[in-house]
Amino acid sequence: MNLLRKWMGVVWMLLAPLSIFYLIKTAASEIAQHPVIDTKIQWGVFVAVAIPIAVGMLIFGWYAWKDEYRR
Amino acid sequence: MSNSTKGIWKVIGASSVGTLIEWYDFYIFGSLATVIANQFFPKTNPTAALLSTLATFAAGFIVRPFGALVFGRLGDLVGRKYTFLLTLILMGGSTFAIGLVPSYESIGFAAPVIVLLLRLLQGLALGGEYGGAATYVAEHAPPDRRGFFTSWIQTTATLGLFVSLGVILLVRHGLDADIQVSIRKFNDWGWRIPFIVSILLVGVSVYIRLKMNESPLFSRLKSEGRVSVNPLKESFGHKTNLKMVLLALFGATMGQGVVWYTGQFYAQSFIETICKVDFEQSRTILIWAILFATPFFVVFGSWSDKVGRKWIMLTGMLLAIVFYKPIYRQFLAETENAVYQAKSIATEAAPVVKTEKLDDRIITTTTTLKTFTDGSACTQKAIDTSFSDASKAVAHGPVTYIDRKLSPAGYWKFVGLVFIQVIFVTMVYGPIAAFLVELFPTRIRYTSMSLPYHIGNGVFGGLTPFIALLLTTINTDDKLVGLMYPIIISAVCFVIGVLYVSNKIDPDVSD
Repeated sequence: MNLLRKWMGVVWMLLAPLSIFYLIKTAASEIAQHPVIDTKIQWGVFVAVAIPIAVGMLIFGWYAWKDEYRR
Repeated sequence: MSNSTKGIWKVIGASSVGTLIEWYDFYIFGSLATVIANQFFPKTNPTAALLSTLATFAAGFIVRPFGALVFGRLGDLVGRKYTFLLTLILMGGSTFAIGLVPSYESIGFAAPVIVLLLRLLQGLALGGEYGGAATYVAEHAPPDRRGFFTSWIQTTATLGLFVSLGVILLVRHGLDADIQVSIRKFNDWGWRIPFIVSILLVGVSVYIRLKMNESPLFSRLKSEGRVSVNPLKESFGHKTNLKMVLLALFGATMGQGVVWYTGQFYAQSFIETICKVDFEQSRTILIWAILFATPFFVVFGSWSDKVGRKWIMLTGMLLAIVFYKPIYRQFLAETENAVYQAKSIATEAAPVVKTEKLDDRIITTTTTLKTFTDGSACTQKAIDTSFSDASKAVAHGPVTYIDRKLSPAGYWKFVGLVFIQVIFVTMVYGPIAAFLVELFPTRIRYTSMSLPYHIGNGVFGGLTPFIALLLTTINTDDKLVGLMYPIIISAVCFVIGVLYVSNKIDPDVSD
């Protein structure tokens, strides 16, 4: 189980940049389709709050990889 | 009843009433969004409309986590009692003030700016309240009943929604004997009453809270001079604690937030906008479901004292992942066009025909109110287009059924289906206060538990309606595609929870 906990850390580390890439790609496409200020604010807020959360996920994955959650 | 048991009930009463009022204050703004928009954020003025968007997004997603940091820090520095007293006063004062702000017509641009600032204060206060109340109750509770006692705090978010819907409906219907006149008065000035009433509720709650003592664990810490000097640094700057903050977020509150918002907000929105059930039924369905399910917060909170917090929360998430699609398929099956076409008609009102001339064509809209023998009803709407060029044939648009009233059997089936979703909510939400309290040491508990809670609930949960709507605009063929967001987030949270969260109940939270 501890080995699984450790290796899943890699998944969490990959998940963080992947989700941010997908979010920014979707935001860019949505803003291009509806270039009004409301859309820009909505997606601006989504991206702004998602980046620190993704950094958190990256750190979480790193801790898991470093066996910090070993029992 | 022993003195200590009496004491804990006073603590729960004082904490829960205040937290319930804070949720009530937060929800009435959301529930009255349309009326408030008309009063303060006219669509004709783009800047005012922009402020409206900011009020919606900023208060929920950005300010709440900041409130968690600001008041969490304060709570760990000066104490729980005075901090969550301050959040209550801030929330009540802002709500009361919103009720007094003159409209855009009276004072112009200043009106939406003031309302936006007050809304931000509300978000800030809410971010600080929950952690304080949960910590305060948990630090008074006996170790073997921590889940049971803190679960009363967990009922307040749901009951706050219930009370806000109730007060709004009462005021909306009670301003005049004639319901239409009453609604007109409500939209004109009556909407201010639920905001102004808040100050009385807050006054009573502040009075009760002032008479309470500081948390015994925090008092002891203070008398021993062991209070944290820099709670933010200790919470998020030290690996030992930061890893638990991240675990709380990704292994518990993230999934809890989306399950909570899906069961209590997305369900109602889906029933109204996708199933086209009428305004009143779609709201009373939620009210009944909440009413029947609320006791289960306490049931699961109490049960978690015996079997641990982890598996109850994760089972709630797993059930949500497995059953969301079948439940929502039932909503659709009950309200399909074919079902309404096959029903036996009891009465059919005379069709109302409206025509509109557009360039070279005439649009004819025919609406017919139909009631059926099973007690259901709907408005049938058909749109035909004819052309000034007589050689072109009349184009018949699809017949749609709107403002559907469910039959009594269908109505209670919907209540049951929403009730099941709220049961999932009670499973993930009932034990979570005890779980969070036990993860962190007393000296930084308020700060450490508030942030993951408000990111999980406010950001992940609060995004549910927006992401779900966005997914339905991307994939228009699948009406259930909006559920992918809560299902994926819950699934990730479930896996993290299973792998990394411990089921051990911490018997001693005085560390």
